[in-house]
Amino acid sequence: MTTLTQVPFDNKYIEQFSKEHNEPKWMTTLRLEGLELANSLALPKPDKTNINRWNFTQFKHSAKGEAIASLKDVPEQLKDFVDENNVPENIVILRNQSVAYSALSKELQDKGVVFTDIFTAIKEHEELVKKYYLTDAVTKDEHNLTALHAALMNGGVFVYIPKNVQIDVPLQTLFWQEDNEAALFNHVIVVAEENSSVTYVENYISHNDSEETVSNIIAEVFAHDHAKVSFGAVDHFASGTTSYINRRGVAYNNATIDWALGQMNEGHTVSENVTYLEGNGSNVNARTVTVGRGKQTQNFTAKTVHVGLDTDGQILQRGVLNGRTTAIFNAIGEIDNGATRANAEQESRVLMLSGEARGDANPILLIDEDDVTAGHAASVGRIDDMQLYYLQSRGISKEEAERLIIHGFLAPVVNELPIETIKNQLSQLIEGKVK
Amino acid sequence: MSENTLEIKDLHVSIEGNEILKGITLTIKSGEFHAVMGPNGTGKSTLAAAIMGHPKFEITKGSIVLNGEDVLDMEVDERARAGLFLAMQYPSEISGVTTSDFLRSSINARREEGDEISLMKFIKEMDGALDELEIDKNMAQRYLNEGFSGGEKKRNEILQLMLLKPAIAILDEIDSGLDIDALKIVSDAVNKVREETGLGCLIITHYQRLLNYIKPDFVHVIMQGRVVKSGGAELAEKLEKEGYEWIKEELGIEDETVGQKA
Repeated sequence: MTTLTQVPFDNKYIEQFSKEHNEPKWMTTLRLEGLELANSLALPKPDKTNINRWNFTQFKHSAKGEAIASLKDVPEQLKDFVDENNVPENIVILRNQSVAYSALSKELQDKGVVFTDIFTAIKEHEELVKKYYLTDAVTKDEHNLTALHAALMNGGVFVYIPKNVQIDVPLQTLFWQEDNEAALFNHVIVVAEENSSVTYVENYISHNDSEETVSNIIAEVFAHDHAKVSFGAVDHFASGTTSYINRRGVAYNNATIDWALGQMNEGHTVSENVTYLEGNGSNVNARTVTVGRGKQTQNFTAKTVHVGLDTDGQILQRGVLNGRTTAIFNAIGEIDNGATRANAEQESRVLMLSGEARGDANPILLIDEDDVTAGHAASVGRIDDMQLYYLQSRGISKEEAERLIIHGFLAPVVNELPIETIKNQLSQLIEGKVK
Repeated sequence: MSENTLEIKDLHVSIEGNEILKGITLTIKSGEFHAVMGPNGTGKSTLAAAIMGHPKFEITKGSIVLNGEDVLDMEVDERARAGLFLAMQYPSEISGVTTSDFLRSSINARREEGDEISLMKFIKEMDGALDELEIDKNMAQRYLNEGFSGGEKKRNEILQLMLLKPAIAILDEIDSGLDIDALKIVSDAVNKVREETGLGCLIITHYQRLLNYIKPDFVHVIMQGRVVKSGGAELAEKLEKEGYEWIKEELGIEDETVGQKA
């Protein structure tokens, strides 16, 4: 039996919210359709995790935040995310749902790059947003949470890289939920036109250890022919937040999408990261890392869907589990009929630090084509005694030896994050969580 | 140079209830090089592992004392910081940890907090040692022992010996997997540490070959978990020429191995 939960917002509220943001008619309609669907669709069913009793409906929907005058003087909570000695040229900071700071270099503006918050993008680049928003990657009618997202979207950014524009400096976003009760229904769209390239890195930050709220995040990435998108993220929602995080990519002919996701939430989390390899010769490298602790339950699904010819999909999941946490890692390679010469590899490895934690790694191959290569590896284990012995035999204390081994275990993902300050920030988070 | 003494007395060691060492007594002082020889399966590597504190070996009787302090009371890392070093026969591979980071952590483990080795000084020392061992500098940025050849692993062990400057080192089959050129390079490095720091050393080998390059002051032969013969460098030469059979005959030993169930 499926239990349906009533959404605590009505048409009137949605219409009013949409009006406040001066949204076009199609957006208001899309929201209302989302609301209707949310009241009839069930929650998603992530493999091996029951999320029916998680809080997805109790939250405050709207909250504002103050502007930040200068990156040289960001609030204390953001200090670890911004290199004050080398301030980023291209950054958007959302504080609750307000744009607190937004910058894009003159050079990139002149090249036609768009990097702005989602509400501004809907106004200034309406046709582009309409083309990509909940159309080809994620749709509103998949389940309750995508429908709810469509209805209640209250923040996000839009990134657009025109044809042949190659950007070598990263675009950075900080999504800061300063208000402990506010929910974030964040929507990120990254579009890389033909033969362009971009590196985008996002951070989610909140502090609600006792107040309960929700994050419902959707990111849609489109890499057109010969484009390359590197997508980095560090999620760190506090323990009071229940998170649904859906990051999807579509790669067209000879396009590349690289994901490096640090999924460091403290609360219950269901995360999916799917890449559709639509084009011939398209490829994806999907890396994710998590450290679970406390009593949180998490479910991570990474999937590559091979449609075009000669596609390559690599999934690497690494998890360290501490305390009484539970985490499920599903790595799926799906090769459709006609996806000749596809290669799909999945690797999921879990390191258990506590006897009370539970972890499960499930590599899955779904193959409907003959001429393919595929492979998978999975392991759930503890820190190797012989490694500890070796490090200790050089004078390194047991604690420090464990620390080195854990960081080493996570390094293949952490090292892929393209911004040094964010890499360091993730390392610090790992440090704090494995103690 | 300080004067260091490692005293092993009547050491009995078991693994999973199976006694491997049956009363080993040895004293190693600063500057002294002791070779422990013997055929395979006689307990040589067990001695090395027991001194360092390998978690699978149990000391059932006897003592190990370094400069008057009870080594058996110490954790593995405390033994290392007290001055012991083991160049391992099969060093672990540690993915994601660069050799350079590992070396720096090892050096800093011996220093007080706030007195960590400066990056410049560390790189200078490491580069010097890498050159001496003719190791490609890229190795420092590779993950520790991961994908290293047998020879690279051995050189990496000696690299650590050079940088950590222990009081007493145990070299466990450091010659295996090394060709003659590499053997010379490694031996030169060990001899240099010996000269410069007054290192005391226990060299475990079953070939005399290594001892042509690193001259021992004492040679001990282990069979059946006991030292059955001790002598000077000339004993190793005799073993090279005549093998171990004459010792077995002299002592009436038929099977020199230990701990292997029939």
